[in-house]
Amino acid sequence: MAYRTPLARVRGLGSAKEGTDHFWMQRLTAASNLVLVAFLIVLLVRLAGADYATVKATLARPQNAIPLLLLVLSGVVHMRLGMQTIIEDYVHAPGRRIAATMLNSFFAAGVAITCVFAVLKLSFGG
Amino acid sequence: MAEAEKKVERPLSPHISIYSWQINMLMSIVHRITGAALYLGTLLLAAWLVAVASGEKAFALVNVLFAHPIGKVVLVGYTWALLQHLFGGLRHLLWDTGRGLHIWQVNALSWLTIIASIALTLAVWGTGLYLRGVL
Repeated sequence: MAYRTPLARVRGLGSAKEGTDHFWMQRLTAASNLVLVAFLIVLLVRLAGADYATVKATLARPQNAIPLLLLVLSGVVHMRLGMQTIIEDYVHAPGRRIAATMLNSFFAAGVAITCVFAVLKLSFGG
Repeated sequence: MAEAEKKVERPLSPHISIYSWQINMLMSIVHRITGAALYLGTLLLAAWLVAVASGEKAFALVNVLFAHPIGKVVLVGYTWALLQHLFGGLRHLLWDTGRGLHIWQVNALSWLTIIASIALTLAVWGTGLYLRGVL
C-alpha cells in the first residue's frame, strides 16, 4: 500500500527531496575525474624535477590551467559526496553527524577555493 | 522453568570477524579507505599549487618536504591510492550498468583492480624517474 501522493511518486524525489542527485553527481564526477586525473598524472610526471620557472610557466598556460581548474571542481564535488556517505554510515549521534557534515562541506569548499585561487594567480597574477 | 533460562545457541548472521575473506570485500574496504585518504591528500595538491603560486622559496620548501623519505612514501602511496580508487571506480561504473556481476567476474575484476593499480603506480614512478635520468 502506497501512502505517497501520485505527484510525489511521479517526481521521484523520495523523502530527502533530492531524488537520485547524490548518486548521479557521484557518477558524473567519477567519469570526469577519470579523464582529469589522467591529465594530472601526465602533467606531474612531465614536471618531475623541473625548476621553479618551468613549473610556474607550465601551470600558467591555459591548456594546463583549465583542466586543473576542472579537476579541482570535479574532484571536490566527488570527495564531498563520498565523505558524506562515510559520515552517514558511521557517525550516528545527531549533533556529531551535523557537525561532521558541516565540516565536510567547509573542507571541500576550502580546498576548492585555495586550489582555484592558486591556479588563477599563476595565470593572471604575473 | 529451568529449561527456559538455559542459553540457546542461536545462529548468528555472518559478520566481518568470522567471514571468510574474499578479494571483492577487501577491494570494497580498500575503495573506501583510499577514498578517505585521497580526501585528506587533496591538501598535498593544494600545498603544491599554493607553493608554486607563492614564489621560489615556498616552492623549494615544498620540494624539500616531498623529497624527504617520509614525503616520498606519502607521494608513492598517494599515487597508488589514486589509481586504486580510479580502477575501483571503473569497476563500480561497470556494475552500475548491471554487467560483470557473476561471481567469477566479480573476483576477476577485483584482482584486476589491485593488479592494475600496483602496475600503473610502478609505471608512473618508473617513467618519472626515467625522465629525470635516475633510472
